[in-house]
Amino acid sequence: MNTSVSLSLRDVHLAFGRHRVLRGVDLDVARGGTACVIGPSGSGKSTLLRTVNRLLEPDRGDVLLDGRSVLRDDPDALRQRIGMVFQQFNLFPHMSVLRNITLPLRRIRRLGEDEAVARARAELDRVGLAAKADARPAHLSGGQQQRVAIARALAMQPQVMLFDEATSALDPELVKGVLALMAELSAQGMTMVVVTHEMGFARQVADTVAFMDAGVVLEAGDPQSLFESPQHPRLRRFLSQVL
Amino acid sequence: MDPLRTLWETFFDWESMREALPEMLTVGLPNTLILAVTAALLGSALGILLAVAGISRTRWLRWPARVWTDVFRGLPAAATILLIGVGLAPLGMQVWGPNPYPLGILALSLIASAYLGEIFRSGIQSVEATQLEAARALGFSWREAMRRVIIPQGIRRILPAWVNQLIALIKDSSLVYFLGLLASQRELFRIGQDYAANTGNQSALLLAGLFYLALTVPLTHAVNWIDKRLRHGRPEAGPTDDPDDLDLALPGAAGGNQR
Repeated sequence: MNTSVSLSLRDVHLAFGRHRVLRGVDLDVARGGTACVIGPSGSGKSTLLRTVNRLLEPDRGDVLLDGRSVLRDDPDALRQRIGMVFQQFNLFPHMSVLRNITLPLRRIRRLGEDEAVARARAELDRVGLAAKADARPAHLSGGQQQRVAIARALAMQPQVMLFDEATSALDPELVKGVLALMAELSAQGMTMVVVTHEMGFARQVADTVAFMDAGVVLEAGDPQSLFESPQHPRLRRFLSQVL
Repeated sequence: MDPLRTLWETFFDWESMREALPEMLTVGLPNTLILAVTAALLGSALGILLAVAGISRTRWLRWPARVWTDVFRGLPAAATILLIGVGLAPLGMQVWGPNPYPLGILALSLIASAYLGEIFRSGIQSVEATQLEAARALGFSWREAMRRVIIPQGIRRILPAWVNQLIALIKDSSLVYFLGLLASQRELFRIGQDYAANTGNQSALLLAGLFYLALTVPLTHAVNWIDKRLRHGRPEAGPTDDPDDLDLALPGAAGGNQR
């Protein structure tokens, strides 16, 4: 995958009414790199992720994709270049697995039916679910649904992938397969921002780990130093609770 | 003659029924179905617009939708049909001549749209917000996301309510006779009433009633069947908690097999 770009967030602020969810966040993800964002619930991780593809508009600050502000792009066009995977998978339940993937290819990428189906089948094959093409999402396990959701995002050939607690809603035995797929993507050079509670994944796969609390990144660095010698007391407390 | 026998013959005079039957079948039934089905389709189209306007972020769409709904849901059906059918008749005369059908259908559609708009709105709002978010994240515009993802899901959930509305339309279509129908335009009720008026015997009207029941009772049961399947899933699929885990051939079940 050589479409990767670099991503940087600069002093991003966002408030819901009087509640200031993001209070000046900076984050850099190198071209082809993987950044994991960790931190307690309610720290603003998922909100931060949504400012990258403008599902939420920051009040202040900027998000740069390969040096260019995403705020200057048309949001729909921007989102076509950024894949996103959700905690609850969010497959479209009223259509087959295959059509979940071909729908955006046909309607957004404007591919012909044959080409869309071929690409969708290739992506399903890649996530190991070629046999489930005609099934409805509800007939799949959570892990399988999430892998379909990843296939759906990848079929759009995004430059960046965002993962919002992609394994948090999964039964423990299903987590591994999804994480392995994400690690594989990372190894292939996809630029990724991963909000996660999986410290093992962050330690092994991330190039950068950022610890967020109360709307700011308190500490960021390579996983080695962040996990082995955390500086900030809040990070130390957080790690002692989750590890 | 004893009173019981008189009563029986007033309602169950087979000869009167047999006399009215051919015209009911060839004129009344088709006309009732034309009125109800056309109004259901037009009312649904208007209803979808109303629903989308009703959840719009712009006050200038929300407000008119609200007023529209209140007016046509709040007026008696007979009043709406007379107001539209008689009030707009001079206008209708210029557009399609002295035919009360278009205005009758319009009035029925307006009434249906007020109910259907509310039904569609609740259907759309019952679809999880995360579905819209997922569609937008893929790059769909709001319009396309509604059209391809949200509305198709919402519509499935409101099919039982939609069929109920169709039942109401079949019954309300009997009020179009207010507008003065040509012999060939008469629907079930009017034909029954004409025969009853000419003979002084209510049997033909009772026959019309039986026709209505033949249409509405199966639909009522279809609603229950749809509702059960929506809640419990397909029998062969086994129990499931997910109401979307369905592959319903509903349009056929709802209206198609009644004809």
